[in-house]
Amino acid sequence: MSDRKVVGIIGLFDDPDSLIAAAKKVRDTGYTKWDCHTPYPVHGLDDAMGLKPTPMPYITITAGLIGGALAMYMMYWMSAVDYPVRIGGKPYFSWPAFVPITFEAFVLFAGLATMGGMIVLTKLGSWASPLHDNDVMGEVTSSRMGVVLDADDEKFGEDSARDLLGEVGCQDIRVLYAADDEEA
Amino acid sequence: MNPPPPDSSTLEEPVVDSSRAAKLQADLRKLDADIQAPMESFPTQRWLGAFGLAQIGAVIFLITFVYTIARGIGVWGNNNPVGWGFAITNFVFWIGIGHAGTLISAILYLLRQKWRTPIARFAEAMTIFAVIVALQFPLVHTGRPWLAAYWLLPLPNANNIWVNFRSPLLWDVFAVSTYALVSIMFWYTGLIPDLAAARDRAQHRVRKLVYGILSLGWKGSNRAWQHYEKAYLLFAGLSTPLVLSVHSVVSFDFATSVIPGWHTTIFPPYFVAGAVFSGFAMVATLIIIMRKYFKLQHVITLDHLDLMNRIVLVTSLMVGYAYMMELFIAWYSGVVFERFAFMNRAMGSYGWAYAIMVTCNVILPQLLWFKKIRRTIKFMFIISIFVNIGMWFERFVIIMALHRDYLPSSWHDFTPTWVDYGMLIGSFGLFFTLLLLFCRFLPTVAIAEAKMDAPGAQPTGGHHE
Repeated sequence: MSDRKVVGIIGLFDDPDSLIAAAKKVRDTGYTKWDCHTPYPVHGLDDAMGLKPTPMPYITITAGLIGGALAMYMMYWMSAVDYPVRIGGKPYFSWPAFVPITFEAFVLFAGLATMGGMIVLTKLGSWASPLHDNDVMGEVTSSRMGVVLDADDEKFGEDSARDLLGEVGCQDIRVLYAADDEEA
Repeated sequence: MNPPPPDSSTLEEPVVDSSRAAKLQADLRKLDADIQAPMESFPTQRWLGAFGLAQIGAVIFLITFVYTIARGIGVWGNNNPVGWGFAITNFVFWIGIGHAGTLISAILYLLRQKWRTPIARFAEAMTIFAVIVALQFPLVHTGRPWLAAYWLLPLPNANNIWVNFRSPLLWDVFAVSTYALVSIMFWYTGLIPDLAAARDRAQHRVRKLVYGILSLGWKGSNRAWQHYEKAYLLFAGLSTPLVLSVHSVVSFDFATSVIPGWHTTIFPPYFVAGAVFSGFAMVATLIIIMRKYFKLQHVITLDHLDLMNRIVLVTSLMVGYAYMMELFIAWYSGVVFERFAFMNRAMGSYGWAYAIMVTCNVILPQLLWFKKIRRTIKFMFIISIFVNIGMWFERFVIIMALHRDYLPSSWHDFTPTWVDYGMLIGSFGLFFTLLLLFCRFLPTVAIAEAKMDAPGAQPTGGHHE
């Protein structure tokens, strides 16, 4: 397969300082469709890449509040509206006794939303990617750090991308090809 | 180290020490190889032997579980005043064991205690298995577990009546099931990058496929890490109040009743401290075996064990304080029933259990004041086992408050039957079965976190905050 489609270029680094320097350079050059791949979270890389803050906390707190409100409403409706039973001489809507379950429902909903939100935002559940298809995945999940420039970016050119990565001192630059398309 | 040639300082990029980078690469690869080694080799005879023993226990558990359901809970030693026998003792014991896992993985994470990293994964796994085991006991205690959903959850039913939300037993249902679910999600979130590392090291096609599916296609992308790290922090933030609430709610099962010896406000903090105490002892017992057997002494060091022993000592003091305060308040309250309950607890039919409890939980752990004992594997191993025994007896002692209540005509001692003993022993078999499978198939140390803390793994100049 000589004419396989180029989907991007990866530059592999061996230490975090070079990675940060490379990320800053790529960010300042104006690339938008690119990413860094690391075996563990590298401090300061979010800034170096110019990423916007994650909306995760808002997802968690919103879901938690909805869960807590639903639980309190459910207990109110079941104990005071649908089938009121007088227990221990307490009012039908004895809300202090409902606090523990309200709290647990807050945590449960918040937890489920955190998991779900994380899976959606990190685009987990998609098993196909140029990295998987080109066998560099193992490098960046074990020890090395890669900067991937996506071919979809309007600034992308195979030679210019190569030059950019070379400029920041990358020793190991590889071209990523599309997977063999079975329909084609 | 040779000084760099003078003209190299004109470079725009940071001067990268190539030997440093090479060392980092070697370190990271070694971490990968060391931690995943037990997953990649064929099980040894010792593992198979341990697994076989655990399986025998699990079978005993299954037999006693099925026998109880077939014959009814009358096969236990429970009787009229002592309605809660071994089943609830075991339930509280196992839930308590689980709490150390969450404390290590969530609370110490929020407090930025780096020493938690190598033990967190294992402790969190222990939490999940302990909670799974704990849940079996209330379930079998309902007698007909297949109908239990109607008594435990607000499900529409033919009588149109709902569960009683004012009952602490119902709070317990919500607390423990939320705890189980959130712990599993927290644990799985932590596992995702490590499963991806396992996927990429896998040689065999089936291994690659299974770890590939479980890792959900994780690519180590920083755009993903950004959300992932925040999600992990949020889980830690959610788990922290959750774990405190769970054992508080468990203690409400006792404290909101009118039984003398149970009806006290000290119960929630006392139960939480006891849970952390027993849980840390269990982590110590298990991790001492695990690190030796999997040759992870350089990852989980003596310093880590020393710090764990300090937490055991601190929580032992808290528990000891609670025991004394209970006695003092019983005397100071002037209530005859309270005074009797505690005199009877220490000197009555189950005084021997009280003596075991105090010896194992308060007296023996005082040895941990000595640095030499904190740092000697043999001693800390023995102490941690005694703490586990003592903490089981603590719950037994509390539940035995039932055998002498207000009305002397209904007093009755509790004698466990073979089914009670079978379920207790069997629960350890079930727990160890799950734990041994975990050690075989999943990374026992959080690889990504261990790599993150490796020397030189973080940028030198870019550190801010």
